[in-house]
Amino acid sequence: MIKLFSLKNAKKDGESPKTGTQKKSSAAQLRIQKGFVILDINELNLPKTCGTEFPDPDDLLTFKLVICPDEGFYKGGRFIFSFKVGPNYPHEPPKVKCETQVYHPNIDLEGNVCLNILREDWKPVLTINSIVYGLQYLFLEPNPEDPLNKDAAEVLQNNRRVFEQNVAKAIRGGYVGQYYFQRCLK
Amino acid sequence: MDSEYSHRKLSHLRKVLERSGPFCRPDFEPSSESLKFLMQTCKILVIGAGGLGCECLKNLSLMGFRQMHIIDMDIIDLSNLNRQFLFRHKDIGASKSETAAKFINDRIPGCNVIPHFCKIQDKNEDFYRQFHIIICGLDSIIARRWINGMLVSLLIYENGILDQSTVIPLVDGGTEGFKGNIRVVLPGLTACIECTLDLYPPQITYPLCTIANTPRLPEHCIEYVKVIQWPKENPFDCSIDGDDPQHINWIYEKSMERAVNFGIQGLTYRLVQGVVKNIIPAVASTNAVIASICCTEVFKLASSCSPSLNNYMIFTNTDGIYGYTYEAEKNINCLTCSQTIKEIEIKSIYIKLKDLIQLLCSKNDLQMKNPGITANISGKIKTLYIQSVPSIEEKTRQNLSKTLFDLGLRENSEIIVADVTTPNTIMLKIKLLKNS
Repeated sequence: MIKLFSLKNAKKDGESPKTGTQKKSSAAQLRIQKGFVILDINELNLPKTCGTEFPDPDDLLTFKLVICPDEGFYKGGRFIFSFKVGPNYPHEPPKVKCETQVYHPNIDLEGNVCLNILREDWKPVLTINSIVYGLQYLFLEPNPEDPLNKDAAEVLQNNRRVFEQNVAKAIRGGYVGQYYFQRCLK
Repeated sequence: MDSEYSHRKLSHLRKVLERSGPFCRPDFEPSSESLKFLMQTCKILVIGAGGLGCECLKNLSLMGFRQMHIIDMDIIDLSNLNRQFLFRHKDIGASKSETAAKFINDRIPGCNVIPHFCKIQDKNEDFYRQFHIIICGLDSIIARRWINGMLVSLLIYENGILDQSTVIPLVDGGTEGFKGNIRVVLPGLTACIECTLDLYPPQITYPLCTIANTPRLPEHCIEYVKVIQWPKENPFDCSIDGDDPQHINWIYEKSMERAVNFGIQGLTYRLVQGVVKNIIPAVASTNAVIASICCTEVFKLASSCSPSLNNYMIFTNTDGIYGYTYEAEKNINCLTCSQTIKEIEIKSIYIKLKDLIQLLCSKNDLQMKNPGITANISGKIKTLYIQSVPSIEEKTRQNLSKTLFDLGLRENSEIIVADVTTPNTIMLKIKLLKNS
């Protein structure tokens, strides 16, 4: 155990014993905010269907993820997600929104995404990469149980053929039910 | 002055500080100087003037500490008054730190508490460096991580060896209802806040699909209005302010509609406030216990009279009283405190970035594969080059043929490097080779 302030030291140095010629910068300060993210970004191991776009390379905390599924219902579509990494990452997950209107049981028309690791099942050991894989999985295996877009979920549960046609219609651009979807073909 | 130290109020302290005993630290020297040090020299920063902060200020000042600063960005609210006993009804709306400091200074002769009505992030390194010990009673993990990072960044290593005079101990208390914890962090020496980040419980969140379609609890209805309906309808053209009664009222009305629709009972205005502001019930007695242990730790650190808490204590008083202390271990991969900054020697500041990358890949003790490099350039993180992300690679490619000087780097600049070969980022300080 260290003896932090022996009385001698305190006397000699007077009121503020630890000033003096310090030259260290606040790098560690910035490191905790950005360190995890730099690591995560540098180690991003994207499947070939995914790409990232950083509008400002100095800001690693704000970026977009583009997913172009090459199989499943959503093959041929191009879906954009915005990521915002907050100051409490990785204690809290990044905020993710879907910017493309999509006909999907787990994504609503405001772009909210129902993916467990984005909310209730997030853990600090998870990384941005885990979320990328989670999102990609949503396009391969849309989950009609516990849906966000109820109509889409019902159709998927009752008639996969109709669901498939609806998805295709939405990707090409057009009405599914009363909602108009913008074209998002790759 | 001398009469002040011999005052009978302090006689119990003098018994502890001027005598030896079987539980004293081996290096403890009983002396009358200790008390003088506590009262004259030892400078303490109390972070947070809430439930724990009020207790700590009271404890420390009655314990003989005189030189204290208190920092808090909050103002006093009616709901604080049951436990934050330095505040009165007339103080509602005033700064917590200023009111607390004035109360103590008026009440305890000779006490010099200096208030700071701001965020901890508004203060710089010179501010934090002046303190001997920092004690905090915070309700935010972000703030804890920030002050922890600040204290780690104040450490100075000479040839890889920590200069112990740059260690500022952090005594951190936290409470949640009938539970609480205390930890003593010696930055650079013992586990820091970041080493044990995963010990913090996650915030309570509900699956989005549940709150959207199958709400069962009143909380589900409130969360729905907060997460989905507010951003959609944006009733006041701003984000939610939990302290604005209009906002809470709007959320209350909308969640009530929803609760009625789904036949859910038990939704109240107070519950809405609680969920929106993430309020954790505060119990005055828990605060008192946790604060007293924190202040005892401060006293032990300042006087060396007894070994410090090693280093993490939990306390609950839900069923009887239970306390347990264990040693949280340093995480060797901790991004904040595990790395000492290495130096990298270069021939000249006019070498190009690609030459530096080549050096990182070829140097024996680094042998990196494709390092991503960012740098702290006048306090701002700049991305110099990251190869693995195409959109960044494209925008930073031009940096490769620029000189380090042109990129804003100088001798002693620090670069932050991430690479597949290490589980961690590495900090490197640029040094110029002598005789070149």
